Amino acid sequence: MNTAPAQRLDNSAATAPFDAERVRADFPILSRTVHDKPLTFLDSGASAQKPRQVIDAISRCYEAEYANIHRGVYELSAKATEAYEGARARVQRFVNARSPNEIVFTKGTTEAINLVATSWGGAFLGEGDEVVLSMLEHHANIVPWQLLRERTGIVLKVVPTDENGAFLLDAYEALVGPRTKLVALTHVSNVLGTVVPVAEVVRIARANGAKVLVDGAQGIVHQPVDVQALDVDFYCFSGHKLYGPSGIGVLYGKEALLAAMPPYQGGGDMIERVTFERTTFAPPPARFEAGTPPIAGTVGLHAAIDYVASFDPAAVAAHEHDLLAYATERLSALNSVRLYGTAPGKAAIVSFTMDDVHPHDIGTILDRAGVAVRVGHHCAQPLMDHFDIAGTVRASFGLYNTRADVDRLIDGLDEVREIFG
Amino acid sequence: MSELRELYQEVILDHGKSPRNFGKPPAVTGESHGHNPLCGDTITIYVDVANDVVTDIGFEGRGCAISMASASMMTEMLRGKSRDEVEAMFAEFHALVASTEPACEAGFETPDLDKLIVLAGVREFPMRVKCATLPWHTMKAALEGESEEITTE
Ligand SMILES: Cc1ncc(COP(=O)(O)O)c(C=O)c1O
Repeated sequence: MNTAPAQRLDNSAATAPFDAERVRADFPILSRTVHDKPLTFLDSGASAQKPRQVIDAISRCYEAEYANIHRGVYELSAKATEAYEGARARVQRFVNARSPNEIVFTKGTTEAINLVATSWGGAFLGEGDEVVLSMLEHHANIVPWQLLRERTGIVLKVVPTDENGAFLLDAYEALVGPRTKLVALTHVSNVLGTVVPVAEVVRIARANGAKVLVDGAQGIVHQPVDVQALDVDFYCFSGHKLYGPSGIGVLYGKEALLAAMPPYQGGGDMIERVTFERTTFAPPPARFEAGTPPIAGTVGLHAAIDYVASFDPAAVAAHEHDLLAYATERLSALNSVRLYGTAPGKAAIVSFTMDDVHPHDIGTILDRAGVAVRVGHHCAQPLMDHFDIAGTVRASFGLYNTRADVDRLIDGLDEVREIFG
Repeated sequence: MSELRELYQEVILDHGKSPRNFGKPPAVTGESHGHNPLCGDTITIYVDVANDVVTDIGFEGRGCAISMASASMMTEMLRGKSRDEVEAMFAEFHALVASTEPACEAGFETPDLDKLIVLAGVREFPMRVKCATLPWHTMKAALEGESEEITTE
């Protein structure tokens, strides 16, 4: 691709085409082979690959600026603290939070949701209070609420979905009532790509006095997120799906809510003053960050956000939409394929089954063709039950995917047909 | 492609598509459930044992071609076998699919077992070995009257 030198897009270059080949060059792993075939990576929904920029930032952290954060009086510790808090400020700008104090670092989406369920749920929810979830949820946004239900007697309500896997706003509205204290929904379905209309969800929740938590593990990847514009109370996401490292994630929470919440875990870094009689806790976000955090992880997350933010969101959306449309077209042309998740406006994730061939067998055959897809229930068993299937094959697309990846997927499926007859 | 052909041989595809002994036998003295949490595959094995001999065996469930074929072939093989024979076959089968030694075609104590050599292809697919062994572990639990669900994890 010998195009103009200034390829990296900023917001002023909104009309420049998205150059996926250029992006691919940033991801070292994409040049390796698998079973002697070029790697076709279609599993970014599970975890995205990392660009050189992120890998380098993490190496630099360990090579030049690493020490434990806070408390240290020496230069390196000061630098590491600066980097850690700098990452927090970067996340704040990325999601447009009002203050860095609204950004709590967690291990990932799962821990962020557990934190809210345990701390906020434990303190403010009781017997008979209702929490609204949907059929589209990942287990990470189901099980923490079930654990809370065991402790407190809350009631879980589930918004159904239809044969397209759409989010049914009317059904949701009918479920929300005066007893609803929290609406906890995924932003984007990790299985189907369905996008939940968060702004409307929040409007209806507000009308009933309920708080809103959004599981943004997939949502943050496929569109810019402005927590103030969405007016959500909590927004959770993971670094590793956003081209950053694993082991680091984010809980955004409105400052007043976080300030009213009791600690999640106890330990160092989250206290003001400890005596054996009584301990007072630090204000958020430190209150929720007990122990030594993944320091280099935050540095990697910072670099990942810089990387993602360097692209024009409209160009990224157009690229992903093109891949989704192309994949949908090519898969639909195969008689034996049945697509799941056909809601309008969905994100670049396709799920499908193939006649009598089990997803696991498809996954094995595709793997030998160098094509990495995820097969199984995708941690969304209630959704599988809704469609009465054991699992699907899922291809999820990232910045670095191209139509050639879709072609290799289709070639792999031809091989499946050849073997299974 | 050849390793794939090795894995998905005609016999396996045939058993996978039309499994034998699928269903619950009329009389059942033991049954057990197996589950592979990784892929959601489930299997139930039913046995009818009299005088320490497997007089009938059947299974139900859903899973990939490998697990269905393995279950189907296993049920064909075990009818009429004594507990001790089943035990020996279990050990030999396990070695066949899970060991890293070359599969030895002549070396089975149990003459029937060479039919299962077609399943040795899973050795090249470490992620799939459990698909082949789950039915056997579940069968063993059914024989021993264990009520705990068997999982691959
Ligand atoms: C929608 C959704 N929620 C939650 C999670 C859990 O994320 P993590 O494992 O990073 O905590 C995932 C990731 O698989 C997801 O796709």
